[in-house]
Amino acid sequence: MNELLTCTGLTKRYANVLALNNIDLTIGHGKIIGILGPNGSGKTTLIKLINGLLTPTAGSLLVGGHAPGVETKKIVSYLPDNNFLPSWMTAEQIVNLFSDFYEDFRPALAYEMLARLGVPKDMRLKNLSKGNKEKVCLILVMSRNALLYILDEPIAAVDPATRDYVISTIINNYNPDASVLISTHIISDIEPVLDEAIFINHGQIVLHKTVDEIREEKGMSVDALFREVFKW
Amino acid sequence: MNWTLDKSRPICPQICELICVSVAKGKYAAGEKLLSVREIALLAGVNPNTVQKSLEELERRGVIHSVPCSGWYVNENTDAAAAEVRTLRVKKTEEYLAAMSQLGCDADEIIKYLNECQGGMS
Repeated sequence: MNELLTCTGLTKRYANVLALNNIDLTIGHGKIIGILGPNGSGKTTLIKLINGLLTPTAGSLLVGGHAPGVETKKIVSYLPDNNFLPSWMTAEQIVNLFSDFYEDFRPALAYEMLARLGVPKDMRLKNLSKGNKEKVCLILVMSRNALLYILDEPIAAVDPATRDYVISTIINNYNPDASVLISTHIISDIEPVLDEAIFINHGQIVLHKTVDEIREEKGMSVDALFREVFKW
Repeated sequence: MNWTLDKSRPICPQICELICVSVAKGKYAAGEKLLSVREIALLAGVNPNTVQKSLEELERRGVIHSVPCSGWYVNENTDAAAAEVRTLRVKKTEEYLAAMSQLGCDADEIIKYLNECQGGMS
């Protein structure tokens, strides 16, 4: 089990829309990787395939040596791009639910982060602000001791100070076995913590490099390169 | 220590430079223990792998060394750090001269401006 994630010839077609076209991708252990691309480029489709929420039209995908299923869900901690929690529950109830659900869930860590970010744990989720709801989701995902964290748009709604906290949480939680996959548009905030950047466009990987290579070769930040590559 | 980084340049060499400067200026004494990789990563807001790579590079250049199960320490001999900083100073000066000559100044004028602005140096 050398690679954490391997995709070979991965293709996904929705009716007559080709969302992912013949993607080859490998991701190793201990990396923080950004999946970057414009709207509708296939980022979320790729993430949903990794989580087994979609089945590939062609090609194969292995997570830790297994096809997506029960075994991979044990090692993958996934933050979807939309709200996935029942809105009538309180943060505390959800922490309890997750503790029952996942063997690797660390409730003490979740409570510590909730308190640190000032999210009331006895309020129902529907009464929380959008940013606070997002914090709860992210805290739940990062409180697992997983091998692969997949964060789909984790910081879109939270304020810049919280973004910094989220990033320091990712750094703090870093361990040499686990990898973090982050899809986002807000590149400038996360680019200092990335090891590698994957640029996706029209369902194809246009670039997969370490970020220091990008800075060295192009003499610009990842954010600046993104703006250049995806210029209208 | 100020960990402000320039996002358009590779991060690794920037961390090396910051540490060399700290050693040369005596902020880190010879033989002193550095912050841990994770502490530096958190302070600078960068990836721990990048910090690790930078420290290994500094070890190759003879500025610091690692002690198993303990951490990274500044070498007793700080000549290597001083040499790195000298190179950096030459580079910065060349950059300044290039920028000034693009603004149409010759050497005499540059010296005149340097004398004029000296008061601003802290």
